[in-house]
Amino acid sequence: MFSKKNLKLVTDPINKNNPITVQVLGICSALAVTVKLEPAIVMALSVTVVTGLSNFVISLLRNTIPKRIRIIVQLVVIATLVIIVDQFLKAYSFDVSKQLSVFVGLIITNCIVMGRLEAFAMANKPLPSLLDGIGNGLGYGAILVIVAFFRELFGSGTILDIKVIPQAFYEAGYMNNGFFILPPMALIIIGIIIWLQRGKYKELIED
Amino acid sequence: MKFLRKQIDKIKPKFEEGGKLHFLHSTFDAFETFLFVPNKVTKSGAHIRDAIDMKRTMTVVLIAVMPALLFGIYNTGLQHFMASGKNLEFWPMIGYGLMKVLPLLIVSYGVGLAIEFAFAQFRKHEVNEGYLVTGMLIPLIVPVDIPLWTLAIAVAFAVIIGKEVFGGTGMNILNPALTARAFLFFAYPSWMTGDKVWIGGMAKGMGVVDGFSGETVLGQAANGLNQFVNGFGQKLSNWDLFFGAIPGSVGETSTLAILIGAVILLISGIASWRIMFSVLLGGAVMGLLLNAFAVNPLMEIPWYQHFLIGGFAFGMVFMATDPVTGAQTNKGKYIYGFLIGFMAILIRVLNPAYPEGMMLAILLLNVFAPLIDHLVVQSNIKKRIKRAKIIKE
Repeated sequence: MFSKKNLKLVTDPINKNNPITVQVLGICSALAVTVKLEPAIVMALSVTVVTGLSNFVISLLRNTIPKRIRIIVQLVVIATLVIIVDQFLKAYSFDVSKQLSVFVGLIITNCIVMGRLEAFAMANKPLPSLLDGIGNGLGYGAILVIVAFFRELFGSGTILDIKVIPQAFYEAGYMNNGFFILPPMALIIIGIIIWLQRGKYKELIED
Repeated sequence: MKFLRKQIDKIKPKFEEGGKLHFLHSTFDAFETFLFVPNKVTKSGAHIRDAIDMKRTMTVVLIAVMPALLFGIYNTGLQHFMASGKNLEFWPMIGYGLMKVLPLLIVSYGVGLAIEFAFAQFRKHEVNEGYLVTGMLIPLIVPVDIPLWTLAIAVAFAVIIGKEVFGGTGMNILNPALTARAFLFFAYPSWMTGDKVWIGGMAKGMGVVDGFSGETVLGQAANGLNQFVNGFGQKLSNWDLFFGAIPGSVGETSTLAILIGAVILLISGIASWRIMFSVLLGGAVMGLLLNAFAVNPLMEIPWYQHFLIGGFAFGMVFMATDPVTGAQTNKGKYIYGFLIGFMAILIRVLNPAYPEGMMLAILLLNVFAPLIDHLVVQSNIKKRIKRAKIIKE
């Protein structure tokens, strides 16, 4: 089960084939839910569950789905999973669910989910598909968490709602940076991550 | 001069290929070419070379900014002395102004140039001279009391994200000085708006005389006043606004000082008169339109008064004319300038939350400048193709 090939399915999307920084998918939700770290982590986990399970289910069904209606079938599976996740969040962490508001529902339209179904699950066995889905979810989540970490630290002075910048700093004239709360800053942070990543792996640079 | 040249020649070998300090060669090159006209000669191919290089261009712009800077220093002192009710003596006012403005300049140049040099060393480029002007413009478009550390962050942001990620001077999409200001505006709004920040020392509550208000003219307009007043509630005439002894960002209050700069830029041919003219035109058209349909005091501001208040004049002369971020084609320059003036007044009047419409208008049109150029070039190509077909028949 954990052969080198399978492990690569999980680690690749986190690193060199990251859905956000390399495939440039799922940007909108990355801008919207990364003001604070907590919703970002919850969102990351939700997307990981949805991509993993939908990949698995579609891969099981892949030989029986007629080619012409495959998108509808995929959507039904994704939508079911997203609703389960949504209800689960509402039941067990209502506050975060309220913060994420419409964005949990919008996982259905997250390009990463559909993209992986089309590109991977329709042509691979269930187990590799499951791992690929989890890997892509985690790759998406990793970027979300990094962005949210910096946005919460500089924008609100907290990490997971715990004050980390000492009061003495504020008394000395330090201020939270309002720009980090605005969505454009998320885009800029993602841009910087892309910059650093391309700097490290030259083969990712496009012409 | 000769002595300086000799000294430079003496240490030059150390920085050349194989020298001990070769790794610092771009730093050395930057200083050498700043002091003396470089003696590099183009060796191959046919080239048309202008006698003026980028460093001289930048120097002329710096000279053009000087009147605004000097007036800014004077005005900083004047406003502070007025607010604290001291005698308005000239030299102490200048002294206070210098004490407030020089740190801004030092931080702006210190941080900006350090990053520029670091990038040049790292990429093994020559140091670009673009920052000489940017570093001077940034202190002039911020409130005088802005905390220095926020200015340092804004400068770092503007140079790295606004410029270096795109490849340095000449490759940037947005005007770096305005990027720094926009960053401050959104990151630390409490230091960029309101009626306290524009006068030195006032934000810290330093001995302000009773009844003095440090609101800018644009701030008054946004609050529904249609007659502008100075800090003591005395009426300001258009001449007062033109002369510019009013609260505001350091260097942008005096339309007179900026006009002197504009004349220098236009005579030397460095700034485009097309852009300046069309910015004025765009602002006037929008101003007249708003006057015609005026329903509130902000819309009733006479169209010509818009040129005297806020950052309109400064933006028009020093920001919109930036050759890198502006449109390149002549027709494009008219469109680009017109839309800047048009948008600036539109944002200023119809969205009082952003009183400084000029900054946002220029940044917006910076983004659109390549598109405008593309459309102009395409339409020209189409016209020529049409003409060619007729001849063929």
